[in-house]
Amino acid sequence: MKPIKVSGDSVISGVIKICGYSSILFVTLILLFLLREGLPALWNVPLSSLVSTIWYPIEGYFGLLPLIGGSLLVTISATLIALPFGIGTALYLSEMAPRWMKEVLKPVVEILAGIPSVVLGFIGILVLVPFLRTTFNLPTGLTAFAGAILLALIAIPTIVSISEDALNNVPPAYRQAALALGATRWQTIWGVTLPAAKSGVLTAVMLGIGRALGETMAVMMVTGNAPVMPDKWNSLFLPVRTMTATIASEMGEVANGSPYYQVLFLIGILLFLLSLIINVTASSVSTRQRKRAERILS
Amino acid sequence: MRKLLIGIVGFIIFLLAACTGSSANSSQSGNPGVSATSTSAYIQNAGSDTIVNLALAWAERYQTVKPQVSISVTGGGSGTGLAALINKTTDIANASRQISSQELDAAKKVGLDPQEFVIARDAIAVIVNPNNPVNHLTIEQLSQIYRGEINNWQEVGGEDRPIVRLSRETNSGTHVYFLDAVIRLGNTKDKAIFSRDTLLLPSSEGIISEVRDNPNAIGYDGMGYVTSEVKVVAISGLQTPDQYVLPSVATVNDGTYAISRNLYMYTQNPPTGAIKEYLDWILSPEAQQIVTNLGFVPVKK
Repeated sequence: MKPIKVSGDSVISGVIKICGYSSILFVTLILLFLLREGLPALWNVPLSSLVSTIWYPIEGYFGLLPLIGGSLLVTISATLIALPFGIGTALYLSEMAPRWMKEVLKPVVEILAGIPSVVLGFIGILVLVPFLRTTFNLPTGLTAFAGAILLALIAIPTIVSISEDALNNVPPAYRQAALALGATRWQTIWGVTLPAAKSGVLTAVMLGIGRALGETMAVMMVTGNAPVMPDKWNSLFLPVRTMTATIASEMGEVANGSPYYQVLFLIGILLFLLSLIINVTASSVSTRQRKRAERILS
Repeated sequence: MRKLLIGIVGFIIFLLAACTGSSANSSQSGNPGVSATSTSAYIQNAGSDTIVNLALAWAERYQTVKPQVSISVTGGGSGTGLAALINKTTDIANASRQISSQELDAAKKVGLDPQEFVIARDAIAVIVNPNNPVNHLTIEQLSQIYRGEINNWQEVGGEDRPIVRLSRETNSGTHVYFLDAVIRLGNTKDKAIFSRDTLLLPSSEGIISEVRDNPNAIGYDGMGYVTSEVKVVAISGLQTPDQYVLPSVATVNDGTYAISRNLYMYTQNPPTGAIKEYLDWILSPEAQQIVTNLGFVPVKK
């Protein structure tokens, strides 16, 4: 019996090890593939064309600025919407909700995370877009704002789950001490619990932003996809075209290896870099905070 | 545990979505050539991307009509198809335009006698919201609207409302045809493009639903995709600016509707054998029904 057990154990640990390493391998391969397909765009397409503001690739206009601007506008607005809702929900769940409420609310938030974005997009087209047009008296409801609201819905579950975990990890002694000193519940939350969980909450927000930046389908359905440079004060209420939507809608018909194809991959590289920056920021914020906390506690 | 489970379920849904998404994409864009098995005849069919879905649908249906004939369909554009015909690397070239005199000369030089067949027609309907009082536009007004030179419905006899322009994505054949025939009014030297604030919607449904809901919107799509929830605008041609015509099978077939074109197939020589049978079948009511299903206009028999 014994030898079989030992070999079974080593097989399992080997498999687990391979799983662990494979994600590094996949990321490396994806990055190499992106670079191989996308980097040639930098010398096959003049730089002046890439940094222009006209995106109409079938006639050779490869201006990336409206797409980058569109993605940033939609993502940042979505974050600003998702932030208060996400952190508010997390605070309610961890600090105030009675136990039964918690048991109802938590799975509901997680189900929200599981709704396919295309379904959210449909609801967006049929409900949100006409609502925005009539409420704000816009020429069309297919706007950056519609995209931002849907993206906020997509980012909220991520923010809620991770920041709630962070809040739960704050030692109960902190709250008890604050309450014993005579702080109100709100003062305890705002002055003690939330700052103590700051690193986790920041990570949650960063991951939420990453989720919003990479989302494609819902955004493609409701933002109108007009490659307009979002440089006006009311750009949030005008159509925009995001980087993800551009890749998704144009990749299907493009000839392999053409400059157009390479530019689409270049957009992929830009998206990869943006999400890399967000993730690195998130992890550096959380480790820095942890070090500081350890220093104070020791 | 529960979180993990929900995560897994979410991941599976994501995978399913990704799979269906990509397969839908490949069926639209890919040209999986019908493989040549040990059959009695093998027809190669290449050319226009506008026709490629129609040609694929015909080739698939023809498998049930004559299983011994296999047909390979590829896209690449009308020019590519006609070049392949002249190089004798394809039996039938699909083209959304007529063969040019240079191409005809090149073909005659290599001893070919290309034959032309009109196999379907393509018409674009211009649509607005049913509450929009505008019933007709000249093709020049339409061009100015999409160039971004006319921005209010008042300028073309409507209410004081901004115009919201809708278009299919740039990868659609309809988009390219609209650019050539309407925005540039058929002038190949004209380099005008769509106004930059034109909304590019990924599907016909997207255009129809926005036009149905939004009184500011104007859109266009293949005639067969238009539903009764939107209003079709009558269009006048360049030569007859005061005759507004609604698109229909009759007006497309007699050539009075301005935004329509013939779709062609060319053979190397007067067709014989399997190729002739295939072309005859294409003009049959059964095959022309597929034309209607895909949003094109059947050829009047």
